[in-house]
Amino acid sequence: MMKKINKVKIRINGKIFNLKPKMTLKDVIIKYKIPLKKVAIELNKKIVNKQQLGKIKIKKFDKIEIVHFIGGG
Amino acid sequence: MKEKDFLRISNKKYNSRLIVGTGKYKNFEECAKSIEISGAEIVTVAVRRVNIQDKSKPILMDYINPRKITYLPNTAGCFNSTEALRTLRLAREIGGWKLVKLEVLGDKKTLLPDMIETLRSTEVLTKEGFKVMVYCNDDPLMAKRLENVGAVAIMPLAAPIGSGLGIQNKTNIKIIRSQTKLPLIIDAGLGQSSDAAEAMELGCDGVLINTAIAKAKDPLKMALAMKHAVTAGRYSYLAGRIKKNILGVRSTLKKGII
Repeated sequence: MMKKINKVKIRINGKIFNLKPKMTLKDVIIKYKIPLKKVAIELNKKIVNKQQLGKIKIKKFDKIEIVHFIGGG
Repeated sequence: MKEKDFLRISNKKYNSRLIVGTGKYKNFEECAKSIEISGAEIVTVAVRRVNIQDKSKPILMDYINPRKITYLPNTAGCFNSTEALRTLRLAREIGGWKLVKLEVLGDKKTLLPDMIETLRSTEVLTKEGFKVMVYCNDDPLMAKRLENVGAVAIMPLAAPIGSGLGIQNKTNIKIIRSQTKLPLIIDAGLGQSSDAAEAMELGCDGVLINTAIAKAKDPLKMALAMKHAVTAGRYSYLAGRIKKNILGVRSTLKKGII
């Protein structure tokens, strides 16, 4: 029988995602093919240094915001 | 003129005195073309969420190269200091942007700025090393206070954002001009090229235009009109206008008349 993996429920840009446990923020960025040079990332309202993404593991109820520039006045 | 007439903001020189917004265009092609025609070297941009699930859609940076055109991150849509600070800190994180436009709105109907929150935010951002160009009311006292807390450019409105009404209070703009050496840029409310020329003739250092170009029937033509209007207005200001006279003053010598 397959072992049931407990997924980690997090929010990215307001939407709920159920991800594998032990993923780092870097894994998340790679998974969703985010162009890292063109974005900024916030974890629970704190800006994350893009160099540190591989060191931060996601945990239940994390709120991640990934933003970029769009047209504006 | 003795030297080239640059727009100087926070020790950087720009050839164009026209700053344009990148919002409200039909598509990125139109936006990019319009910027090119306008000759603008600085464009305002907003910070928003990335669409995680659909990345097939084009993004601004694919069309407007931030190495060629200065991106001016803006806090459009922020209604308090907390939101504005969060937005600009994120903008800086995207790629090291320190020159920013602060805009803290106070009312959803008029979109007029909340100057208490704006002043507070300017002070915090300046302390954090940002170079803050500040969207503000056409209020000379408030403009002075913004300057005192470290704003690098004063950007009073001509009229409410997107209204197209043109400069409503010329006297206040003149007072602000007379009291500051900081770049003075009219931001918001212009509707046509004569409004831009008028702003420049009042002695402003530049204008920031979005809606008047993006929502014109022919945005590309309007971009060109605005470019020329800003140049014309600037030269007119530098040239120095004649004195106004309620009576006629002849242009031809009387001597030798037959």
